[in-house]
Amino acid sequence: MADYKGTVHEHSKRIMGAWYDTLAQAAKTGAPSAYIMITGNCVEILRAFDIAPIFPEVNALQLAIRKQSLPLILKSEEMGYSSDNCAYVKADVGYTMEGGIGKDAKIPTPNLIVCNFVGCNVYIKWFEHSAEFLKAPLFMIDVPFLREKEPSKEDITYVVAQLKELIATCEKITGKKFDIDRLREVCALSRRAEEGWARAKDLCKNRPAPFDAYFDSINMMGPINVLRGSTDAADFFDAAVQEFEADVAAKRGPLPEEKFRLVIEGPPPYPYYRSFRDLFAAWGAVAVQSTYSTVGGIWEWGYRHDPERPLESIAEHMIVHNLCNRSLLERYSQIRRYVEEWKADALVIHSIKSCRLFSAGQGDMRDYFVGERHVPTLLVESDLEDPRYYAHAQMKNRIDAFFESLEHRRIVSMSV
Amino acid sequence: MLYAAGVDVGSTQTKAILIDGRRAIAARGLVDTGANVSRAAERGFETLCREAGIDRKEVAYVVGTGYGRYKVTFGDAQITEITCHARGAHFLFPTTRTVIDIGGQDTKAIRVGPAGDVVDFSMNDKCAAGTGRFLSAAAEVLDMKLDEIGPVSLKATDPVRLSSVCTVFVESDIMSYLAQDRTPPDILAGVHQSIATRTIALLRRIGMEPEYTMTGGVARNIGMVKSIEEKLGTTLNVSADSHFIGAIGAALFALERAEAAGRKDGVKVELGGWVDDAP
Repeated sequence: MADYKGTVHEHSKRIMGAWYDTLAQAAKTGAPSAYIMITGNCVEILRAFDIAPIFPEVNALQLAIRKQSLPLILKSEEMGYSSDNCAYVKADVGYTMEGGIGKDAKIPTPNLIVCNFVGCNVYIKWFEHSAEFLKAPLFMIDVPFLREKEPSKEDITYVVAQLKELIATCEKITGKKFDIDRLREVCALSRRAEEGWARAKDLCKNRPAPFDAYFDSINMMGPINVLRGSTDAADFFDAAVQEFEADVAAKRGPLPEEKFRLVIEGPPPYPYYRSFRDLFAAWGAVAVQSTYSTVGGIWEWGYRHDPERPLESIAEHMIVHNLCNRSLLERYSQIRRYVEEWKADALVIHSIKSCRLFSAGQGDMRDYFVGERHVPTLLVESDLEDPRYYAHAQMKNRIDAFFESLEHRRIVSMSV
Repeated sequence: MLYAAGVDVGSTQTKAILIDGRRAIAARGLVDTGANVSRAAERGFETLCREAGIDRKEVAYVVGTGYGRYKVTFGDAQITEITCHARGAHFLFPTTRTVIDIGGQDTKAIRVGPAGDVVDFSMNDKCAAGTGRFLSAAAEVLDMKLDEIGPVSLKATDPVRLSSVCTVFVESDIMSYLAQDRTPPDILAGVHQSIATRTIALLRRIGMEPEYTMTGGVARNIGMVKSIEEKLGTTLNVSADSHFIGAIGAALFALERAEAAGRKDGVKVELGGWVDDAP
C-alpha cells in the first residue's frame, strides 16, 4: 500500500515530538503544566502564562496508535471501570496507575486540571478522577451547550467571567502577573494558524484533494489543537499551505488516483489506523472533509481568535465553534455543507462503540443522508481506542461492498 | 462453450456454481468449509468440474466471494457476498427489490436496484443474535437435527416468547421452557419468531420494498420462511438454489468479466457461419 508520508507529516512529527520533550522536561524540573481537553479549548490562557498544556486525550490516542492501549484498558476494568466506559478514559486511567505520570515519567504531574468541556458527563468524571489520583486542583469551566444558532450575550459573559477566575488561578500557580498583551500576541498566533488550517481544508475542494482530510488531518490536528498560539503552529500551517498549493498546482493527491471523494464522520480506530486507511485507499477513496478534524474547533466558516477581544473570542470558540458543543442537527448541516461544497460522492460514518454520547443518533444520521439527501452512506463501527471492537474481516466486507455498489452506480450513470 | 465459476466460501459451508455462456447453471458444488479454507474452495471448484465433465482449464474466469474469498487462490477476482447475493437474487427473481440473507454467522438485508445492483445494505454487527447459528444452538439443546426444526416449529399451538435473542443465552431460555413442560414445537416457533422479528428490524433500516427474496442456507428452513412471511404480511421468493445464490451472483460476474475480456482481447473469437455486421 502507498506510503502516505510527506514533508507535512515530518514537520508535524517534529513539532509534536518537541512538545512531548517539553512535557518530559517539565516532569523533571517541575515547570508548571496543566491538563486540558481538546474540544473548544482555552489553551491560549495557559500559553499566556507559559504553562505547558497536557492533553490526556492525545496521550490516549498515542497509546492506541502504538498498540499499547489494551493492557491499560484492562487495568482500568480490573479497577472497576465498566466495559462500556469511554476507552480514552480507561487507557488514561490505566496509564496513570501504571506510573506514566510523575517525576520519573515522560508526563508531568499537572499543577492544575482544567476541565473545559462539560458536554460529556464521562469527561467531567474523568478529570475529577484525575484530580483525585494526581492530587491536583481541578478547575471546572461550565460551558453552556449551544442551544440556538448563536450563543446569548449572557452565555459569553458567563464563560468570560469563568476565564477571569482561571486567569486568577494561573497567577497563583505560576506567581506571574497576567499580561493582556501577551494573551493578545498568543491570540494573533492562533489566528495565523487558523487561517492556514482553514486554507488547507479549502484546498481539498480541488480534484484531486492535496491531502486526506480525515487520515492526514491527524497530523494537522496536533498543531492546531495542541500547539495553537505558538510560533511553531503558525509556521507549520504557513509551510503546509505552501506545500498543498504546490500539490494542487501539480494535481498531486495522497493516492496515485482519486476515484472517490468522501466525507467521514467520527474518530478513527487508532489501534488499526493504518489498516483502516488501507481499506479506503485500496478503492482510491480520499476524504475531502471530516467532522473529526473539527472536534477542537471549526475554522472553515470564518471564526478566528481575535487579539482585540481575546477573552470574548476564546469564549465564542468554547461555546460555538467546535463540533462537540453543538447539537446533532448542527452536525447534520455541517456534513451537508461538506458533501455539497467539497463535492463528495459519499459519506462514511465510523461509530465509536465506547462513546455513546457522540455515536447515539448516527443511525438516524445515516437514514437522513440516504433517505432525504440521497447521499450514499456507510455506517461502520469499532472503537477509537479499544482494539477488541475492531473486526478486520467484517470491516473490510462492509467497505468493499459499499465501494462495489458506488462503482456500479458510477458505471450505470456513465452509460446512461 | 464458455464457462465461468463462482465460489462462495462461507463460515460454515462453501458453495460453488459453474455457469455456461448461455447463463445456465451447469454444475453445483457444496462442501463443509472446515479449518482449511483454501482447501474447501479448491474442493468446491473440483466438484464443479467433475460434475460438468470439463477440465478446470476450460473455466475462463473464477470469482471468489464470502468471508473466505481471498482464500480462493485460483480465483481471478474477489467480490463481497453482499454484491453477489443481490446479483444472484435478481438473476433468479428479476423483480427482487429486497434480499434477506440469513447465513451461518450473519444476517443481511440488501436493497436491490432494477438491474440487480446494491442500493443499500445493513447487517448484524459483532454478534450472532438472529443468525443461522442461533437456530443451530436451539437445535442442539433440543437434540434435533438442523433440518428438522423448521417443519417441527410449524406444529406449534402456543409459541413461547424468548426473553433473549442472544445465541449463548438462548440455551438457558430453552432449558427453562422445557422445565415448564412446554413442547418442542412451541419452543421452536418462539425461536423462529424471535429471529424473524430481528430480521424485520434490519429490513426497516434499509427501507422495505417488495419483492422480497430470501437467500442463504436458512432459506431452506420452512419454519423460518413462514415466520418471516407472517411478519412481512407477504410471500418471500425462495428458490431451491437459495443456498447457492451468492455463488450464482459470483459466477454471473465471472461470466461477464470473461466475456468482456474476450471482446477486448479478441482471443475468444470463433469462426463459423457468416457474419455481415459487427456489434
